[in-house]
Amino acid sequence: MEKLKKILISYAVPIAFSILCVSAVLVAQIPPIFLASEIVRRLSRNTFLVLSLIIPIIGGLGLNFGIVLGAMAGQAALFFVVDWKIKGLVGILVACLMAGAISVVLGWLAGLTLNRAKGREMITSMILGFFANGIYQLIFLFFVGSLIPFRTKQFLLPEGVGLRNTVDLYGTVASALNNPWMIRIGTVRLFVLPLLIVAGLCLFITLLFKTKLGQDIRAVGQDMHIAEVAGINVNKVRVIAIIMSTVFAAIGQVIYLQDIGTINTYNSHEQIGLFSIAALLVGGATTRKATIWNAILGVVLFHTLFVVAPSAGNRLFGQPQVGEFFREFLAYAVIAFALAMHGWRAKKILM
Amino acid sequence: MDRFLEQLKRVDIPTLIIFLFLVALFVLAAFTEVSIPSLLSDSIRRIGMNGVLVLAMVPTIRAGTGPNFGLPVGIIGGLLGALISMQLGLAGFTGFWVAILFAVLICLGIGLGYGWLLEKVRGQEMMVGTYMGYSVVAFMSIMWLMLPFTNPDMIWAIGGKGLRYTLALDKYFGRVLNNFLRFKIGGFEFPTGLLLFFAGACFLVHLFFRTRTGLSIDLVGQNERYAISSGVNPNRARLVAVVLSTVLAGVGIIVYAQSYGFLQLYQAPLFMTFPAVASILIGGASIKRASIRNVIIGTAVFQTLLTISLPVLSQVTRGDITEVMRLIVSNGMILYALTRTPKEAR
Repeated sequence: MEKLKKILISYAVPIAFSILCVSAVLVAQIPPIFLASEIVRRLSRNTFLVLSLIIPIIGGLGLNFGIVLGAMAGQAALFFVVDWKIKGLVGILVACLMAGAISVVLGWLAGLTLNRAKGREMITSMILGFFANGIYQLIFLFFVGSLIPFRTKQFLLPEGVGLRNTVDLYGTVASALNNPWMIRIGTVRLFVLPLLIVAGLCLFITLLFKTKLGQDIRAVGQDMHIAEVAGINVNKVRVIAIIMSTVFAAIGQVIYLQDIGTINTYNSHEQIGLFSIAALLVGGATTRKATIWNAILGVVLFHTLFVVAPSAGNRLFGQPQVGEFFREFLAYAVIAFALAMHGWRAKKILM
Repeated sequence: MDRFLEQLKRVDIPTLIIFLFLVALFVLAAFTEVSIPSLLSDSIRRIGMNGVLVLAMVPTIRAGTGPNFGLPVGIIGGLLGALISMQLGLAGFTGFWVAILFAVLICLGIGLGYGWLLEKVRGQEMMVGTYMGYSVVAFMSIMWLMLPFTNPDMIWAIGGKGLRYTLALDKYFGRVLNNFLRFKIGGFEFPTGLLLFFAGACFLVHLFFRTRTGLSIDLVGQNERYAISSGVNPNRARLVAVVLSTVLAGVGIIVYAQSYGFLQLYQAPLFMTFPAVASILIGGASIKRASIRNVIIGTAVFQTLLTISLPVLSQVTRGDITEVMRLIVSNGMILYALTRTPKEAR
């Protein structure tokens, strides 16, 4: 009985969310096949991004809101791949390499910044994301086409400087990962290649924590001072954790955008941090503990609600807008709740 | 001269850069065809418009819980107050003061709840505050669609349900403060009532920090253990600080809305927080200490910068670079404050 209670408490969020999802599905009366195909697709599209959050959590840095930096790097790389008209899988590969290179630098800078703000990493990484967004807009609204050469005029604003609001990937790298090895089961399409890449990252994370570096990250996450005494270079380990997270986020954004097919130049990256973090937390992760299974479960639950919320809102209140606001509210509320739990526990330990 | 240099050394580098940038903009403005008097009156109007919201940062910073990133929580209370006043059909100063009255009452309630929550999550107030702000705004977006307001000026013309995105205040309390005792010198307009209100609010907060409760808030922020040993209840002091900040946020948004002429609902409250935090930091505050002087200097510098950069820079570059500049300046400033090694009392 005690044990059951403990399980119920520690899985309170996923359980509550499952109930919410099931009732929303019942209310919305969405055909199950459609729902299944949507979720399978979102699983191959979003899981990589969500997984990129795990390493900093174990390293004690909390939720890395700075993955938007990685997402920006991924987008930036895709703009140039599209401009150079590199198509198909080669295009994706070039984009990933470029995005990886940019995000190593960005991750390094982010890591250094966060080392200066120990104890308030989360708010700092969030503000860092907003700050980087300003620099991103400066580059892609004012420098592209003037300082930075860009040939494809159709993606530029009428004056020839600055990118348009949407840059579409059709004809270049859209669905480049989805199309090979696609399996059709009825109307459900299974994109094997992105799923394999996600599985690869899962394997990498599992193996990482069996190596010396992984153990160091875990030790730093448990107690910085003890790790320092044990001879671990704490600052360096933290920077490495952030770099890895940023690089994975960049690759994740490339995978995400090739599935979506169009880049919303000035918005795509902003929502990524919010929705990835909310998904991970819905899956039962906390700011100090996260596993691969939290990520996968979280994507399934969160995106189920995402798909059905507007129609559920429409059925219940006669306004689809209510459903949209409601799912936004849930994303924020889940994060607020997890942060509150984090603060509450941290306070209890102090006392 | 020595004293001046000594003072200069204490100024933060970003503040200095922003200040020099501002001077450069004014020099640039002198060479272009932009009318400087109208720029100045715009700046002054915007200082009064945003000042109270920036003032809301003072209590929580002084209580040691950092800038109030949960500003939208209080703003929602202010919006509710304004909406009730509009629903009652009150106009002019009556409408304004009734809105303030309801806002203060509602914010007292919300502030108590919000302060209780922040007390539970000591050490994570900034993060929890931010996301509480986001959640409350999203939740209230649903409420704006559902609440039973019936004034046809406020709800959608079609469907007869749900509040509009922006509500025009001309028929209610729009610009009542701005027009009170307003005078003009050439092209320069001075919104006396607005600035009087801001000055009054600053003075009241200043007085509050001279009272016993105010001093105990200061003490808790500086050294909690010392505060306890001198018989102060730190939990209560912080709660009072959060409630005060929430009330100021509620009043602040009404002042903002009456000057702007429109009440903005739905997502709009979210865009108030970061500029307000940045303003007080630009004025020389840190995340641990802040004074009324920081509020006034910061708001003046930041708002003037935003006001004059648009017309001046648009003559030099094309497109609207100010929005991007606002993002970089405000977030850069917050980032700087979060990452610098805590400086001791000055």
